[in-house]
Amino acid sequence: MKRIPDQLIRLSVPFLFIILALLIIKQFVTPETFGDLGHYRAAAIEDISSIEPHYAGFQACLDCHEDIMEVQQGSYHRNISCEVCHEPSLEHVNDPTEHLPPAPRERGFCPLCHNYLDARPTGFPQIITMTHNPGKPCINCHDPHDPTPPHVPGDCAACHRQIARTKMVSHHVDIQCTECHDTPEEHMINPRLSRAMKPADREFCGGCHAEDAQKSVTNLRIDIDTHGGVYVCWECHYPHLPEAPEGGAPE
Amino acid sequence: MKKGLKRREFIKKTAIALPLLSPAGIMLTDLVRTSCAWAGTGEVSGYNPLDHYYGMGIHIDRCIGCGRCAEGCKKENLVPREPFFFRTWVERYTIFSNREETEVDSPNGGINGFPELKTQQNILRAFFVPKLCNHCDNPPCVQVCPVGATFKTQDGVILVDNEYCVGCRYCIQACPYGARFLNPLTATADKCTFCYHRLVRGLRPVCVEVCPTQARVFGEIGTRSSPLVRFRRMNKISVLKSDLNTEPKVYYANLDGEVR
Repeated sequence: MKRIPDQLIRLSVPFLFIILALLIIKQFVTPETFGDLGHYRAAAIEDISSIEPHYAGFQACLDCHEDIMEVQQGSYHRNISCEVCHEPSLEHVNDPTEHLPPAPRERGFCPLCHNYLDARPTGFPQIITMTHNPGKPCINCHDPHDPTPPHVPGDCAACHRQIARTKMVSHHVDIQCTECHDTPEEHMINPRLSRAMKPADREFCGGCHAEDAQKSVTNLRIDIDTHGGVYVCWECHYPHLPEAPEGGAPE
Repeated sequence: MKKGLKRREFIKKTAIALPLLSPAGIMLTDLVRTSCAWAGTGEVSGYNPLDHYYGMGIHIDRCIGCGRCAEGCKKENLVPREPFFFRTWVERYTIFSNREETEVDSPNGGINGFPELKTQQNILRAFFVPKLCNHCDNPPCVQVCPVGATFKTQDGVILVDNEYCVGCRYCIQACPYGARFLNPLTATADKCTFCYHRLVRGLRPVCVEVCPTQARVFGEIGTRSSPLVRFRRMNKISVLKSDLNTEPKVYYANLDGEVR
């Protein structure tokens, strides 16, 4: 029988010692729930779950403030949670008299959403803070729970300011919006329910720009039958800034 | 001859004694640990993580860049107010018609609103992109953590164990979305948790709760009645950096190809 070499046996003793020592150390340093659910401490989930929230949520407000909710549900602000403006309010829910949620009253708050920005989606109500009743707090005219403007806007530019600004530097500056867009009265009150119309055919532009049109002599005239082939006018010319498109006419 | 143990004898005896003593040691440590057991106070009854698998949807067309989500997140999760620490933030993308480089800005995460862009160039299109941890199904941050302090829960949320994190910042480097930061208060990695402490109480994440235009949709990925499933069915969906194979669970509707 072959003997295990003596030096191996002697070496294995300290190795065994080290391995055992490591096993004992591992017992000490591995957290208790480590590895229960995966390569992590399962108790950490409990720790994170036990953090107390600060926001109570829409439903909690509804329980007491039904009167305000009723106003709000009929308004454009119906989907906005109370705590967007009134700050996190779980403390108020737990102790309604001790902690009162604040309400923003200064002019700086509303423009966070309603100041005009190029990147905001079209149709979202925006104002230019510099020119919109400067200095006045928003809540003087608008009830934040039902913010519909006190007056129906008289001017298209109140909502369509970007288009108005573009038109201002174009040859079409003097043309009223309603001359091309058939606008129902209702559009001023419910802009999404009742839309303004757009001209759909070449003959509409031809009313001014055809060779035989009965309009001012300075108008640019084109032969409506041959110019632009089958394209509708607005496919090449933007009516609010109708100067000829870059790169000339399509072939 | 010297008295007492010889070296050879000493080693022999320890070799025999150690295996005999080590079970005693292990038993002792277990005893010590059970006596100072976890202060497991936060257990919320009735929540089973196996019933859930969370994801978020974001309507790019609806975001107005008001930054209420970033503000609400900071208040709910007590994130430091300095403008370097965000669990969620809003970016503004501005694309110019002369094909100059796209401008991306996010002053203080959008919390104080966005200033009007000072540019002489023609803007082709502009929009806001809310960002947060994508809670990847295949998370690179979890792979690199050397101690197992960040992990994916059974309901699909990526969390950080504050007690166990050593603050080595590997995960911050590994995250392709820049969603992590080192919290200066705890000196550990910090990130969006989908407001996990709210989920277990049946509440929605704060960013979803406060979004005034419902640009954010939160729900279950697998349940057919979830608003998220409807969101994914009805919209053109993309995810950020899909080529990295991280399989994000934050879905964007009508995302511009320019967004990174």
